[in-house]
Amino acid sequence: MEIFLQQIINGLVQGSVYALVALGYTMVYGILGLINFAHGEVVMIGAMLAISSLTALLGIGVPPLLALPLSAGFAMLGCMALGYGIERIAYRPLRHAPRLAPLITAIGVSIVLQNLAMMVWGREYHSFPQLIANSPHSIGGAIINDIQIIIFILALAIMAGLMLLVHRTRLGRAMRAVAENQHAAQLMGVDINRVISVTFMLGSALAAVAGMMVSANYGLAHYYMGFLLGLKAFTAAVLGGIGNLRGAMLGGLLLGLIESLGAGYIGDLSGGVFGSNYQDVFAFFVLIAVLVFRPSGLLGERIAERA
Amino acid sequence: MTNLKNSAPSPSQGEGWGGGKKFSDSASPLLDARDLKVAYGGIQAVKGIALHIAPGELVALIGSNGAGKTTTLKTLAGLLHPSGGQIHYDGKSLKDVAAHQRAAMGIALVPEGRGVFARMTVTENLQMGAYSRSDNSEIASDLARMYELFPRLAERKNQLAGTLSGGEQQMVAMARALMSRPRLLMLDEPSMGLAPLMVQKIFETIRDIAAQGMSILLVEQNAKLALQAAQRGYVMESGAITLSGAASELLGSDAVRRAYLGG
Repeated sequence: MEIFLQQIINGLVQGSVYALVALGYTMVYGILGLINFAHGEVVMIGAMLAISSLTALLGIGVPPLLALPLSAGFAMLGCMALGYGIERIAYRPLRHAPRLAPLITAIGVSIVLQNLAMMVWGREYHSFPQLIANSPHSIGGAIINDIQIIIFILALAIMAGLMLLVHRTRLGRAMRAVAENQHAAQLMGVDINRVISVTFMLGSALAAVAGMMVSANYGLAHYYMGFLLGLKAFTAAVLGGIGNLRGAMLGGLLLGLIESLGAGYIGDLSGGVFGSNYQDVFAFFVLIAVLVFRPSGLLGERIAERA
Repeated sequence: MTNLKNSAPSPSQGEGWGGGKKFSDSASPLLDARDLKVAYGGIQAVKGIALHIAPGELVALIGSNGAGKTTTLKTLAGLLHPSGGQIHYDGKSLKDVAAHQRAAMGIALVPEGRGVFARMTVTENLQMGAYSRSDNSEIASDLARMYELFPRLAERKNQLAGTLSGGEQQMVAMARALMSRPRLLMLDEPSMGLAPLMVQKIFETIRDIAAQGMSILLVEQNAKLALQAAQRGYVMESGAITLSGAASELLGSDAVRRAYLGG
């Protein structure tokens, strides 16, 4: 029972990070019909920017509780600029090109960013400075520590904020209008290029926060970390129904739970043949299963038609 | 024959402008397109047309399927780029003015097929119509006015627009366009696919709006209805304007009767 509860906790925490990243995939897909495979690298760069700025701030004696929000803001701004630049340079010229071109470009952007990060930050692991005691708490025999609690609550708060933005504000209405019918949105006076830029920047800001959360949770960041994380978050977006915001959140949390429970029990179930190091396999089982049995995802409608 | 003017399909300056002598020659037009050419997927869909709309005028653009009417409207709205010619709106050239900027200048298009935001509520659709405006209290009172004008929509304001009937969606599209407080309202086939009763209702609304002084460019396949509502009309065939003049004269012309009014 403790193992079960522990895996639920781990799964929800990891899943809330997947959800934040999945939102970035799904927002861009919803508006452009494009899978931005470079999104995982934005997460990685967010983590790297946060760690670098945090280390620098702590080095000049800034108190940790001030340094943390400052570096978070720095990472978010950096990633927003990056997301804006990616769309502007790599995707906008291909807006009317056949679908394969932007997809291949996305993979290209991903490779470029990975290599740039390797040049800037090197191949070594960077450790996330320890800022708080991170004391563990026991719930029914399972352990949850401070950082995990912060990650989970913060992720939920950000998701709630995003839903409010999308459903209650003028900008959010414009985003939904562009997602549904670009021509009609233009006729209403919506500058679709601006909305697309804002969408990329929003997704990238979420990615920066997610990158910071992952590196704080595991204590490490690495130039290659965006690849697998990005693929899993993409899986989460597909699981929930790509293009659907609620779907991305649900898919992220579910994928976190599936992975964590799978890793927790695979040893017992397979009689010790497979260990928890097979954790990553579950995400891709899920991806294949969804694509085969329910390609539109859990909450997905049929793929939106464009007028 | 009538005294209708047969404009040449080829571009020629000063022609097609003021086709109906009795109308609006003195007032400077709100919209003035000259020698407008649009190529669409390699085909010359609009071949150098001239048309204008005076302030407060209801002008019908009729013609058969594929004549280039929708292409003309989309070009005026900025969704398509002309390959030649000029468009002036309120005396200013619309060259290099993007569609969203034209909307903010008061040009509204109710597109063919309505283009409502199906996954938004009726109210959200109407709020989108006021996207370019920032006078929030006025927007709220305009919203209330739309619900007076279209009581059917008031009953359905929180419903997703995609769940409405075709006629109701047409009302949403029109109310949404009106929410921008346009100076020029362009309607593309508002009667398409609607039941006769609904068509009547939509046209009543168009007449009401016109009576309040709105400038309207109405594209219709239902030539009779359109010409009965309009003051002036243009007839478009294969990308060129072949006839223009007072709507009543067009209604009486043999050529129009034979081609569009079923004898």
